[in-house]
Amino acid sequence: MHMLKTESLTHVYSSGTPFEHVAIYDIDFEVEKGEYLGIIGATGSGKSTFISHLNGLIKPTSGRVLYEGKDIHESKSFTRDTRFKVGLVFQYPEYQLFESTVFEDIAFGPKNMGLSASDVEERVLEAAGFAGLGDQLLKKSPFELSGGEKRRAAIAGVIAMRPEVLILDEPTAGLDPRGREEILRNVMNYKNAHGATVIMVTHDMEQLARAVDRIVILAHGKLEMQGTPAQIFSQDEALSALGLSAPKVTLVAARLRALGLKLPEDIYTTNMLCNALKELKQSKGKGESVRSNPGGDDHA
Amino acid sequence: MLKDITLGQFFPGTTIVHRLDPRIKLLLTLAYITALFLAQGVVAYALMFVVVLTCLTLSKIGPKAVFRGLKPIFIIILITVVLNIFFVHGETVLLEYRFIVITREGLYNAGFMASRLIMLIVGTFLLTYTTSPIALTDGLEQMLNPLKKIKLPIHELAMMMSIALRFIPTLIEETDKIISAQRARGADFESGSLIKRAKAIIPLIIPLFISAFRRADELATAMESRCYHGGEGRTRMKVLKAQGRDFVALLLGAGLIVVIVYLR
Repeated sequence: MHMLKTESLTHVYSSGTPFEHVAIYDIDFEVEKGEYLGIIGATGSGKSTFISHLNGLIKPTSGRVLYEGKDIHESKSFTRDTRFKVGLVFQYPEYQLFESTVFEDIAFGPKNMGLSASDVEERVLEAAGFAGLGDQLLKKSPFELSGGEKRRAAIAGVIAMRPEVLILDEPTAGLDPRGREEILRNVMNYKNAHGATVIMVTHDMEQLARAVDRIVILAHGKLEMQGTPAQIFSQDEALSALGLSAPKVTLVAARLRALGLKLPEDIYTTNMLCNALKELKQSKGKGESVRSNPGGDDHA
Repeated sequence: MLKDITLGQFFPGTTIVHRLDPRIKLLLTLAYITALFLAQGVVAYALMFVVVLTCLTLSKIGPKAVFRGLKPIFIIILITVVLNIFFVHGETVLLEYRFIVITREGLYNAGFMASRLIMLIVGTFLLTYTTSPIALTDGLEQMLNPLKKIKLPIHELAMMMSIALRFIPTLIEETDKIISAQRARGADFESGSLIKRAKAIIPLIIPLFISAFRRADELATAMESRCYHGGEGRTRMKVLKAQGRDFVALLLGAGLIVVIVYLR
């Protein structure tokens, strides 16, 4: 059975007024248990509206959202349960921190679930572990933390609910490369430990190429394309028609191929390109055209 | 959900009402309110009604927007009407039942008060519907300029007002976002006792305050790095200059008061 599924999901804002705006239109979508899914789309493509439907924060104008085959708006209590099972981390989640200590803030979700004090503590410590927040950080005020730590504390606040599906809206926006790596690793650790489904909204193609099983592309409120990273990134023209492009390193590899280097077609990350180039160097035994390339990698 | 609030909402447009000098519009609104409170008798009220209707038509504001603006004060109008019907006692008794006495004068009064209130609200939001908040504060600042002589910080007050107005939509949007984020963590803003609901607001109010202070700080830095130092010697990008139509409008406003006074 599908973990989460939408059936002809449509949402219209300010319906019946001059400001009427169709945010998403007729989206059929499903995600399996344990899948790592990436969602891409330009600004205004309806991504945020779409993911807010998945945990019942917004009611669809028409269509349904099914969690394990059950309509999440079937009853009020089921909608509330779904909120805990489908954890949603919004953009810049650090702006939602409010408690006096990081520990208390992470505990907000589990407390709302009505868990006992000892259960709450167990979950907070577990979530803090996934987010790489040490004991001394838990006692601090969330407002004393650095930007990256705040972000991780906020994500831990959602992980502490032990959601079966974890949805993150651009979790790495505005962070330095190290902060980005840490968050992606935290998410991966949680996914592996709990067999959770992860849905990540991002603009970073390379990030997607590295981790996800499947990519879904939204454009103008519609689901335009979906498939594995390899399937998606090979359709260069269709992508650019949607204002998107394959990872830069894929384009670099394509250029190199055009220059006569024998590189494979499925290169989506800097690591893949490096390895391919190393192999090439070994097999050819000479490296003039190869040596000039690492500079190009850095730009990717 | 919070986006539906009308708070001095401005409908951009290019009609003659939109193009009038904001200072003139402020003066005209004052004249209009004065006339409204001076008006007595059916003829005067009818005249006022025609004036409002003409302005509404000229500014192309639809009836929908008018009714939306009136919605919040509907209860006040209702209470006024009820109080007037039952408690204003005149000579011509229309209905008497135990302690309930309804007189013709009471009905008249109720009608007049209700139409006065409605016209008052419609007239004032005609100003905010057709004038951008920035233009409005600009106009206000220039009209209050003489008060600088008695050391009132007019420019600073106007700047504070425009900043406050500018940030209302931003804060509303922010509130919406924080509500969503906390609801995603199971926060419940809608049910429970009063105390429980008051407590539920804490996860909303604290992040909101923090972000408001952060924004204030950022804005102050941005203004200072562009050498803002208050009103002294400051020139403007848009200089307000009254034109022919503004004087005509002003004359019409003065004429309205004269006629209303004459009708008393």
